Amino acid sequence: MIYEIVILELQLKVKIVYIIWYIENKKHLLTVYLIVKIYMVIVLFWFLNFNQITGQTIPEIDRDGLAMITQKSNDTTYVVNFWATWCSPCVKEISYFEELYRKRAESKLEIILVSLDFPNQVDRRLIPFLKEKEISAPVMLMTDLDYNGWIDQVDPSWTGSIPATLIFNSEGRLFLEQELTRDELFEYVNLILN
Amino acid sequence: MKKTILTFTMVLSALLLASAGVKPGDDAIKFSLKNVDGTTVKLSDYNDQKGVILVFTCNPCPYANAYEQRIIQLHETYAEQGFPVVAINPNDDEISPEDTFDKMKAKASEKGYPFPYLKDATQEVYRAYGATRTPHIFLLENKGGKFEVAYIGAIDDNAMDAASVIQKYLEKAIMAVISGNEPNPATTKAIGCTIKSKG
Repeated sequence: MIYEIVILELQLKVKIVYIIWYIENKKHLLTVYLIVKIYMVIVLFWFLNFNQITGQTIPEIDRDGLAMITQKSNDTTYVVNFWATWCSPCVKEISYFEELYRKRAESKLEIILVSLDFPNQVDRRLIPFLKEKEISAPVMLMTDLDYNGWIDQVDPSWTGSIPATLIFNSEGRLFLEQELTRDELFEYVNLILN
Repeated sequence: MKKTILTFTMVLSALLLASAGVKPGDDAIKFSLKNVDGTTVKLSDYNDQKGVILVFTCNPCPYANAYEQRIIQLHETYAEQGFPVVAINPNDDEISPEDTFDKMKAKASEKGYPFPYLKDATQEVYRAYGATRTPHIFLLENKGGKFEVAYIGAIDDNAMDAASVIQKYLEKAIMAVISGNEPNPATTKAIGCTIKSKG
């Protein structure tokens, strides 16, 4: 692990500083020792915390990966929501998708939240947002920014505004380029499920 | 039965979507809207130009903001070649409070918009054009005093980073029009913010 190497390096540097101090101030040995120890603990905590924040990754998806999802034909019903943290109507409805995800009684219902946030805003916006809203439904980051190359592949009627939601299984398909209320989402999903 | 109703609804909504707005080759819709400088700007004011780059955009949308500098640049490059930019804000400012006329004025002066920034207060213009998101481009070509829609869609293929653009869809379309050809593609799609309206 990279951070372990960095910590070892830091420990080495700290030891050198400690030795220099030791030679210069033998009298304050205990003080120096304590300062160094505290400093090391702070650095360690800061680094672990930092690693925890930036270490989280969101699975990335391109147009081929998206096609594999949106063209699935099996006994599972899929709900694919296209959204972004900056899109206020999307943010409003995302808790309904999370609720749907948590309430799904059988595993024959899959929910995928496809984020259209810019890839350079994942650490700063997307991950903090998901933590704050306690989203446990699977999120994927769409990294293909040539939207014209894949919008029609999702649905030819899609003009490109978000939120947009695709609900489908092998027997029915519904594409909704609109904001959904909680009741609408559950009704549409039931419509496709039954 | 449910499936039949569902299919019917889907076909109906597809038809409704298809019938809304203009497509390449159609006559451009005339407009007369209030500009941030207090004047009224009409499409016919541009009768002496080769065309108009009509941009439906707004204040708060991150996509509109990502393209803002590029839109200014487009005007600076193409106005002198006869294709000035006209920006229209289509959002209902009761739903989107960042898009009031005052905030539009502030935005235009802060960013030094070299083009008009018009308020589609009744939202009739964006509906007539069939704009659905911001930014949404309609390239209009002046054919002997009558404007025709030449291209609809995106500016280019990378909203996040202008430096990473490969396909400059709009500039390609302008070039085609200048050289007397039909743009290909004449329509492109892009992700954008929904246009905020009550109904």
